[in-house]
This record gives sequence, C-alpha cells and structure tokens, in this order.
Amino acid sequence: MSRIAVLSGKGGSGKTFVSTNLSNVIQNSTYLDCDVEEPNGLLFFNDSSLIEQSNVYREIPTFNKDKCIGCRDCVNFCKFSALAFIKDTPLLFEEVCHSCGGCELVCKHDAIELKKINVGSVSKFSKENNTIISGEMNVGEASAVPIISNVLNYANDNSIIDCPPGSACSTMEAIKGAEFCILVTEPTIFSLHNIKMIVELVTLFKIPFGFVINKSNEKLDYIIEDYVNSINKEILVKIPFTKDIAKITTNGMLVSDESEQMRQLFISLSSKLKEEVNK
Amino acid sequence: MKIGIAVAEKDLNKEINQTFGRAPMFAIYDTETKEAVFLENEALNAAGGAGIKSSQFLVDKKVDAVICYRLGENAVKVLEGAGIKLYNAVDQSVIENINLLNANKLTALNDIHSGYHHSN
Repeated sequence: MSRIAVLSGKGGSGKTFVSTNLSNVIQNSTYLDCDVEEPNGLLFFNDSSLIEQSNVYREIPTFNKDKCIGCRDCVNFCKFSALAFIKDTPLLFEEVCHSCGGCELVCKHDAIELKKINVGSVSKFSKENNTIISGEMNVGEASAVPIISNVLNYANDNSIIDCPPGSACSTMEAIKGAEFCILVTEPTIFSLHNIKMIVELVTLFKIPFGFVINKSNEKLDYIIEDYVNSINKEILVKIPFTKDIAKITTNGMLVSDESEQMRQLFISLSSKLKEEVNK
Repeated sequence: MKIGIAVAEKDLNKEINQTFGRAPMFAIYDTETKEAVFLENEALNAAGGAGIKSSQFLVDKKVDAVICYRLGENAVKVLEGAGIKLYNAVDQSVIENINLLNANKLTALNDIHSGYHHSN
C-alpha cells in the first residue's frame, strides 16, 4: 500500500468513518488519528490493547534578565509577534509562539534558554493485525501541529492518516508526506464549498487525490459529480446513506466488520487506491 | 500627554477605526502641542500577533493613553504592562474623543475579547 491521507474540509463528512473502515480491511495497516483536538478513531477499534504512550513537548523561550541587554533582536526576529518588549524585558505570548527556536539562535548574549512544555500525548494501540496511533492535545493548547508531527513519526508505507477538519495549519501538517489524498464529501452545497478549499490545498502540495461521496443520494450526487468531472478527477466510491450504517457506527462498530456489502466496498476502495498510487 | 488612536484616514474629524491591531494607521496626538502625527501600522499585514505588534509600536512611541472600541487580551497585556491607560471610544470623531478624554469624560475600556485568531 502506501501513505494515504483522508480529509474533508467540512467536519462530520465521514473522514473517521472512511479511514477506520479502510484501515480495517487492509492487512497490517497503521491507522493514524491526526484529529488530535477530538480523536475518536480509537472508539471503533474495540478491544484494542495499549502498547505504549509518550508525552509530546514543544519548546518556548525563557529569558535571563541578568544577561539580556535589551537589544530586541529576538523581538524583531519573531515573525509571529509572539514577543513584546516592555519595561526593559522581553514578554512571551506562549500561545502565539510557534516554537521555532529562532529567538534563541539570534540572541548574541546567551540570554535565552528554551524550556520544554507538555502539549499532549501520542498512544500506540494494537488490534489483531492492525496498529492504531492516536494523538491527543491538552485542553487549552492553541496549536495541534506538534502533536500531529509526533503522530506521523509512526507512519509507514501502509498507513491511513485521519486528518483534522478544515484546511488550516494542522491539516497541512497531517498531509505532509502523504502519497495520495482521499477527499470525503457529502452531496451538499456546503460540503462542495469546503471540498474546493481542500482541492486547492492538495494541489498546492502536489499530492494526487480522488473523491469519496459519503451519504450518497442519487438525486443529489450531481452536486459533487459535476464538480469532480469539471476538474477531471475521479469518484473512487460512493457510500450509501442508510439507517443500518448509521446504527452500526453510532454503536462504535465498524461497518466493514458488520456488513459484507460494506466490507466489499472498502476492499474495492483499497484496490482503487493501489492503482492510483501506482499510476 | 500622548494619545494613540487607530484610524483609517489622516483626519482628526473622521471616526476612530473599529479594529485596533490591523488598523491602517495610528494617530498620535500630543495634548501639549495640540498636534497629531499619523503613522502607518506595521502590523497591518502581520502573519500573526497583530495586536501584540501594534501595541508594541505604541509603547515605543511613548504613548500614555489609548482610546479604542475594543482590544484583544494580548494587546491589553502589552499596553497595560507598559502602564498605558485604556479608554472606551464613543461614536464621535477622533478629535471629539480626545476632547472628552481631556475633560475626564471617557470611561475605562471594558470590551476586551480573546482575539480574532485564525485556527492554528
């Protein structure tokens, strides 16, 4: 297989639904939950066992007032304006700081020391032949990026990456290194609007992509199909909108375990992905 | 006393800009000389932390007071940290707000929000 990222733009389109079930039908796959603000993929892998857990840290500057001469090199360097200089001392805005470490590098007076702060954790679980990696961000943290980057340390060439919703920094981090992107949509105008932003993003990253229509409805699918045709892309599979699928999923089970028809649908998706990646 | 006010145009008879950190420019009015200078806001197109950067700008210009409609909490931390007094703007021109402040008729700023940050 390969490194496949699953993304949607709009929350609730079915990223986790598609990624967990796809991962479930692929032998020895690794499922990586990069939606670290609300990781829920693990809920569908019942009876999985915890293998290891590690904390994620990021670095922020601390200032030695005896060594600081007030040159402001650090304040002027910071592109995110995370540093101010008042009352002869640099003042850090932790949640604005991107932990680039640049302030320490530019300080000629050795007045800055980087301090590690805990921002979340990454856990590794195993279930039968599959590995599940779940990142979780601490409540109150502003940036998901350091946790996502740690989750991706576990990615191999048989990985399904469940991305955060939207097309902001955290989504960009999650698709770094992906060889193919699955864009999960619903046949609604709202979903179409958001998926266009995702198309812009993955095009910018030069990652090949295809579409999945979730909650498919033959009277409405044209909303997505017309757009997909207009950009000469392909709809890989359509997932029907049925009560059974909703019931199984809300009970925390995988449709690819409970329904043979759905199992076949996800196997056909995985075969199509193999073809796409080898193109 | 020097007063810092976010504005969209170089005209004291126009209104105060609704936003602070990404306002086009700042008027800095000196109550002793009764003159104003208008300075471009360097934080207008900042990648982030516009409230912090523009507040730093006013701190460095040695402003004593700021009149505005609302401020983000980071801007407040910088301005108040430097001892700058913050006042609520009223819906009148820049110069009328300055006159009201001189007459002690403006109230202390109470609209402090958590910022208009984009998702990280």
